Amino acid sequence: MPLPSGIYNVTYKEDMAILRTWCHWVWLIAFLAFLALIPAFATRSQLNTLITIACSVIAVHGLNLLTGYCGQISMGHSAFVAVGAYTSAIFCNNLGFSFWIAMPLAGLSAGLAGLVFGGPSLRVKGFYLAITTLGAQFIILFVIIHLPSLTGGVRSLDVPPPSLFGYLIETDYSYYYLAMPMAVITTYLVKNISRTGVGRAFVAIRDNDLAAEGMGIALFYNKMLAFFLGCFFAGISGSVYAHYLQTINIEYFTLMDSIWYLAMLIVGGLGQTMGPIFGVIFMVVLRNLIMETAPLISRAVPVLGIEFGAAMSLVVLGLVIMFFLVFEPRGLAHRWEIIKTKFRLYPFPY
Amino acid sequence: MENNRKAVLELSQLTLSFGGLKALTEVSFSLFERELLAVIGPNGAGKTSVLNCITGYYHPQEGDILYDGRSIIRLPVHRRAALGLARTFQNVALFDGLTTLENIIAARHIQLKPNPLTGALYFGPELKKEISHRRVVEDIIDFLEIQSIRKKVVGNLPYGQRKRVELGRALAMEPKVLLLDEPMAGMNPEEKEDMARFIIDVFEEKEISIVLVEHDMELVMDISDRIVVLDWGRVIADGPPQEIAVDPKVIRAYLGD
Repeated sequence: MPLPSGIYNVTYKEDMAILRTWCHWVWLIAFLAFLALIPAFATRSQLNTLITIACSVIAVHGLNLLTGYCGQISMGHSAFVAVGAYTSAIFCNNLGFSFWIAMPLAGLSAGLAGLVFGGPSLRVKGFYLAITTLGAQFIILFVIIHLPSLTGGVRSLDVPPPSLFGYLIETDYSYYYLAMPMAVITTYLVKNISRTGVGRAFVAIRDNDLAAEGMGIALFYNKMLAFFLGCFFAGISGSVYAHYLQTINIEYFTLMDSIWYLAMLIVGGLGQTMGPIFGVIFMVVLRNLIMETAPLISRAVPVLGIEFGAAMSLVVLGLVIMFFLVFEPRGLAHRWEIIKTKFRLYPFPY
Repeated sequence: MENNRKAVLELSQLTLSFGGLKALTEVSFSLFERELLAVIGPNGAGKTSVLNCITGYYHPQEGDILYDGRSIIRLPVHRRAALGLARTFQNVALFDGLTTLENIIAARHIQLKPNPLTGALYFGPELKKEISHRRVVEDIIDFLEIQSIRKKVVGNLPYGQRKRVELGRALAMEPKVLLLDEPMAGMNPEEKEDMARFIIDVFEEKEISIVLVEHDMELVMDISDRIVVLDWGRVIADGPPQEIAVDPKVIRAYLGD
């Protein structure tokens, strides 16, 4: 990363730090303060969108570790989100656990489910592994549907809102202060994982698995670790989302959602910490935009029918992915880096 | 002279076949401590196959490989690497998405023993660990004179530099035995000389044994202590360069009858 002129790294610690100038700190603190102040002026539906974004960011960070860094494509990510959501709900409903214990357990159980479905990664890779993880999507949902005594089957399952010191976190306003910090913490953790030994081992496996093995990186262990970590964050996301909605249904965790997660990651940029954040914001805003404009369009052109909104979002999803794969294959995060570098070096070209 | 030296690596009667094709037939030779051994042979003689057997990518049907007197034939690739076997690849096999620095530090995996939990938190000991390994890697970067490409993504580097980064990556593993698979292939004479100098420096400074697979005869004759010649998967000669240069079997293998 080029530094603005006049700034030199004197120690390795300085060179490895994420925030290197006082300006970085100012921006970060300003941004976090802005995040904290949003509920003061945002409407309820805007908060709803932001909470959805926060939950998706957590899940896509997990997918980024698995697919972006380690290169193991997962087509069943929303199933692992479902494992987290249902685990959390079952622990709270049936065993009376508090949300704060159920949430890590949800992460763990989703991580363990990830280990089960990550097993084939020892033998198959790339496209074939993607199909194997597609199996996870169907098997997990099948299990959920056929355990109605625990999960409610195809009917919805009620989830209690979390409470903190006797105070129920159930409004959008208060839940924002649970979901957003979780997303920020996840971002911090994933960034650190990606820049230390584990993250480098993941990228090594992604870029050249034979050479990685020759460097003493145990392929199977590290792939399983990627599955565990990726699905762990999926589970956390599922838990946070379930307790926000206070009711979950199998319909929220379909194959389509898995594909949305992948699309968010591709749009944001694979293997970059900022990728999931940009991708999720872009896709959620886009989806909301379509959902809001589609009824207006179908009212203006009645021939299109009232199903137009749902159909339109799929069409746009497809077009957006195509557009990004062709014109911006490294995602919005990469573009962001380019802009930042230009700005930092201005007025010099390098 | 060789008899009183300790063998680090002993290959005995290695036989490797792919279906009906015999790649190696009863290949036996030893690598002694502090020795620069060159393995040469015409195209398709099985030089890379030997390296792949030593590092564990190929599983020979017969024979044994002893490392420090211990059989390693059943160990998987990463365990052999942890014992101190490092290699470079014929077609550069770097981690293209990482920078030079990250590539070399990624090869510190064995010494670093990464832990996802402490890694995720990054405070205190983890940071110290990262810095201490960074220091080692910087020494290697200085040694190989690749400071200028330290933060460049290796996918975009020219071939000669990529080869150099790969050597650095192998060195970062602090190996006891370094296996170099055609480190000078496809280089211009100047780059070849640089690379030869690095190999000799490594050999002298780090006190390790080296197996060098190479095509450039002149260079091999110059820098190696001993040469093993392969032809059609068999060892046809094994001895010091002066002997190999006049060995009729070797001349026949290279020039034909």
